[in-house]
Amino acid sequence: MSEEQPMTHYRVQRWSVPAYVANGGFALLVLALVFVPSVFGTFLTQQLTSLLILVILAAMWNALAGFGGLVSVGQQAYIGLGAYGTIYLTQHGVAPYPAMILAALAAGVIALPTSLLLLRLRGGQFAIGAWVVAEVFALLVALDQSLGGGTGISLAALNVYSPDRRQAYTYWLALGCAAVLLAVGYLMLRTRLGASLQAIRDDEEAAAAVGIRVMSAKRILYIFAAIGCGAAGSLTLANTLFIQTQAVFDVQWSAYMIFMVLVGGLGTLEGPIVGAVVFFLIQNKFADYGAWYLVGLGATAIVFALFLPRGLWGTMEMRFDIRLLPVGYYLRRRKRAS
Amino acid sequence: MQTSTSILEAAGIGQRFGALVVLDGVNFTVGAGEAVGVVGPNGAGKTTLLNILAGSLRPTSGTVQFLGADVTKLRSDRRCRLGIARTFQVPRPFGGMTVFENVLVATGRGRAGYERSVEVLELSGLVELANRRADNLGLMHRKRLELARALATDPQVLLLDEIGGGLTDAEAAELVHTIKVVQGRNVAIVWIEHIVHVLMQVIDRLVCFDAGRVIADGEPETVIGDAAVIDAYLGGNRS
Ligand SMILES: Nc1ncnc2c1ncn2[C@@H]1O[C@H](COP(=O)(O)OP(=O)(O)O)[C@@H](O)[C@H]1O
Ligand SMILES: [Mg+2]
Repeated sequence: MSEEQPMTHYRVQRWSVPAYVANGGFALLVLALVFVPSVFGTFLTQQLTSLLILVILAAMWNALAGFGGLVSVGQQAYIGLGAYGTIYLTQHGVAPYPAMILAALAAGVIALPTSLLLLRLRGGQFAIGAWVVAEVFALLVALDQSLGGGTGISLAALNVYSPDRRQAYTYWLALGCAAVLLAVGYLMLRTRLGASLQAIRDDEEAAAAVGIRVMSAKRILYIFAAIGCGAAGSLTLANTLFIQTQAVFDVQWSAYMIFMVLVGGLGTLEGPIVGAVVFFLIQNKFADYGAWYLVGLGATAIVFALFLPRGLWGTMEMRFDIRLLPVGYYLRRRKRAS
Repeated sequence: MQTSTSILEAAGIGQRFGALVVLDGVNFTVGAGEAVGVVGPNGAGKTTLLNILAGSLRPTSGTVQFLGADVTKLRSDRRCRLGIARTFQVPRPFGGMTVFENVLVATGRGRAGYERSVEVLELSGLVELANRRADNLGLMHRKRLELARALATDPQVLLLDEIGGGLTDAEAAELVHTIKVVQGRNVAIVWIEHIVHVLMQVIDRLVCFDAGRVIADGEPETVIGDAAVIDAYLGGNRS
């Protein structure tokens, strides 16, 4: 199914055998993961839900920065909106699981007007501007007493399910969201938009000079990442059942996302998944060490930035020249006889 | 030979950066299919004019017309899609993408895009490097990629900014050949270049800038013999 063009001497290759195998492998993995709640206990299911949320977050941050050059420290804005959007919708009669999906989409809707403002900024200004936006959203939410004010609120609507059922449903939704978001991100990067975004990431002015609609490309990416982070927010709420504005809009989320993407490999699709797993393991082992845990995270990130700038996956990719989820275009010379 | 119908026309262009006046009352036209050479000492404002023609800079005063329509307020991506392509004096490749992807992002995909990309890479002598990451290219190949990427957009006017600097005689001959092929397709060309003998092989008209003004504009042979032009260059070299 490789996209072979009937050019006389050349053809364009976009797939490879390892890539087919890897794509099949990913599909099988997702399929196998469906059975986790029936095989393992509620505790492990909850743990894996957290991991899936981390995978979503890392993938979204990577899409923004690694493929669009949009380095943000404000994606917690949409994590918070996803979580509080879910609360708001359940308070207004929407069933909890549909509310979670709607809240994620609503985060995307809110990202549209926000992007009009924010995407005018570049580089460090954009990063900080995004943070300011997150703080503003947090303030607005904290002002609303029906959303618990600053003290927090729980997702009471989920109490209709038994804990086991609830955790299984939440897990399946997390798995579905992760699979769909990753697949959509992957396919998007394989389209023309994906190539345009990479050009924008590398040089915005040069991208405009070859006719790329810089603003609209960035906007689509920004809205996509908002939906993803919104989903992560509503899933976090369902996984922990309680949220506080301070925590859910905390800039620490951005630190985590950056950590996962740097460790896994910026600008590769597989890297963020690897980074999320690493972060998940570290979090489980060392989270009890309090401040030292954060220091350790920071130190690890710095070590990676200095000595392994391509991250774990990026380094592997380089060394072994593999692309499991290829988005590029290779020009191959046709063999004579055929 | 000067063509009567102008395709790209800048009138009364002034450009200031703060107190610095970089362009002052510049009129500049390009005829359909015409090749115009631009020379002048460093800092004369040549690149600034090219930025204004390409739309990456909005001039302080004056207008730019393309095919008779006012495009002064159009951004560079719009102008590119209309048919104005440019190269950057200091090459700006998409470093994280391959050479092939660099041109592909300009042609668009699909059979037509692939064919055009290959054709443009062959024309600019880059096809052997198609799968190389652009940030691994040397300066000469980066300059070729600038040209290839601009051609990939299928322009009606091609704006070139010092793509021939530092070339050997053989490389310069290749470049002239490439430009002549482009010219043969009736693409209008504006070419800023210091190496005048290379320029003279392709241009129909020569414009000389000095200190933000056009000091000569006409038949290439006449312009390089012009006393003011010689003086501007000698003056530029002495300082
Ligand atoms: N964005 C800018 N801001 C301030 N000064 C600029 C800017 N761009 C160019 N200049 C100044 O304008 C003058 C002309 O520059 P340029 O157009 O690059 O000249 P040329 O291409 O003829 O060598 C120079 O003095 C340069 O320093
Ligand atoms: Mg210049």
